[in-house]
Amino acid sequence: MSVEVIKPGLLTTLQDRGRHGCAMLGVGTAGAMDDVALRLSNALVGNAPDAAALEITLIGPRLRFLSATTMALAGAEFPARIGDEKIPMWQPVAVDRGAVLDVGTARHGARACLAIGGGFVVEPTLGSASTDVNAQLGGRALHAGDRLTALAPAVAHGRALRWSLDPRPWFDPDAARPLRLIRGTHFDALDDASRRALFEGEFRVGSDSNRVGFRFEGPVLRLGAPIEMVSEPLATGTLQLPPGGQPIALMVERPTVGGYPRIGQIAAIDLPRLAQRRPGESVRFEEIDLAAAQTRYLERESALDRLIGAIGERLTA
Amino acid sequence: MSKAAALEVAIEPLGDCALLLRFGEGLDAVANERVHAALHTLHAAGLPGVVDLVPAYATLALHYRPEVWTDSNGRVPWRNIAAAVRVIFRTPPIPAPRDDAIIEIPVCYGGAFGADLEALAAYAKLEAETIVARHAAATYRVAMIGFAPGFPYLFGLDPALHMPRRPSPRTRVPAGSVAIGGAQTGIYPTELPGGWQLIGRTPLVLFDAGREPPILLAAGDRVRFVAIDESRFHELAGT
Repeated sequence: MSVEVIKPGLLTTLQDRGRHGCAMLGVGTAGAMDDVALRLSNALVGNAPDAAALEITLIGPRLRFLSATTMALAGAEFPARIGDEKIPMWQPVAVDRGAVLDVGTARHGARACLAIGGGFVVEPTLGSASTDVNAQLGGRALHAGDRLTALAPAVAHGRALRWSLDPRPWFDPDAARPLRLIRGTHFDALDDASRRALFEGEFRVGSDSNRVGFRFEGPVLRLGAPIEMVSEPLATGTLQLPPGGQPIALMVERPTVGGYPRIGQIAAIDLPRLAQRRPGESVRFEEIDLAAAQTRYLERESALDRLIGAIGERLTA
Repeated sequence: MSKAAALEVAIEPLGDCALLLRFGEGLDAVANERVHAALHTLHAAGLPGVVDLVPAYATLALHYRPEVWTDSNGRVPWRNIAAAVRVIFRTPPIPAPRDDAIIEIPVCYGGAFGADLEALAAYAKLEAETIVARHAAATYRVAMIGFAPGFPYLFGLDPALHMPRRPSPRTRVPAGSVAIGGAQTGIYPTELPGGWQLIGRTPLVLFDAGREPPILLAAGDRVRFVAIDESRFHELAGT
């Protein structure tokens, strides 16, 4: 089974759930920016949640399927078609041998995952299929002419694929809803006006935002007094404040350590939502405490587990 | 550090999927040694749901999966794992198997290999040969790996060689560049953007994802630089 890349789109990469356990080598996690979209697209074709899929960014690719298979798209809202046939998202779709899939320009959001039955075969780098674009680890963005191979689908599909997931809990097209932010170690070091501005002000996603981090333009945030800091470990979602006063949320290709004050942390439940924000869109932050953030996270994980289990039953019924 | 004493640790959350363990402040070799002891102890403890342990200068991050740390009392995961970490550090740390072997790093100093050596000589008011002699005389300790895959931050730089970073970083620093940034010295493992002062270059490969282990230098290792000439550089580099 293989897939040929006719046009790569803006930035199409192979991703799984990330490269874990290598941070002490200075190696970041990479992986899908919208981890929920990755898991659901995989579930819809009968794959394990961490199978390698394609992450598509803003402008989708054109792909030729060299054998029959099943595919599923989840995440940002992309128009897709095979010939004259519209291809719906959030459901498994049987694809014929020779079919050419065209994924267009995202209508809402920025990133979607395209999984195919069996998953793409990728020689792992440090235990993961993920592409770290910035560190140039584990492959690179796809080029025209690339040929990807996939395993045989684990689940054979009949014609009974006329059902789809409700995307609403898993993709939020409303870019106006605030992102939930936990106070960081250095939140209290902000001056009074900056502490207010962080939760009351409006920010804009900077044009240089990418898989490494999102820069937020808006009210300039200042420390009450300078902090002497040496490099300390970071997490995905850490909101750092460089001297210019415009905060940066670190994403999956972030460095493992950094020396700027950590004023906040985007709650893990909202990282997939941040991954869907486009440059120029406005962003607001809403405070959540750590206990509530973890409670919401546990609720989301059990809801996802139940859904993935139910999809699996549907596919094998 | 007394081997028998328990490690004092301050635990703070680093968001909702990690803890930050603090063993001191600043660029302190003693605090850094505690971090390495803590790393070894946590590896040996094998707490469930821990996905990454990241040692830095005086702190160590423990990235975990909250779903593994729920309990029936409804206590939130971070309190459960923080309590488990405190229990681990109540007893003295397991001493890290200390390898006092010194890893030698051959370096061709100056010229095209170390574009800022003359600038450092002017800044430090020393002859370039003296800078090289002093840089190669010291024994260093790898405090941590960070910034980019395989980049070692070394403790032990002669204070006479301290020099601030360049006001504007270079967009491309060649792989193997040995550099000085403030009180620290380090080696760029791959071609990267960077603002440190470049004094030389090593032909050794510091990071190779396909090698086992991928990094040449790990946190805690001892290092010495050995000056080599250009023909020896090319011989070792195979160029």
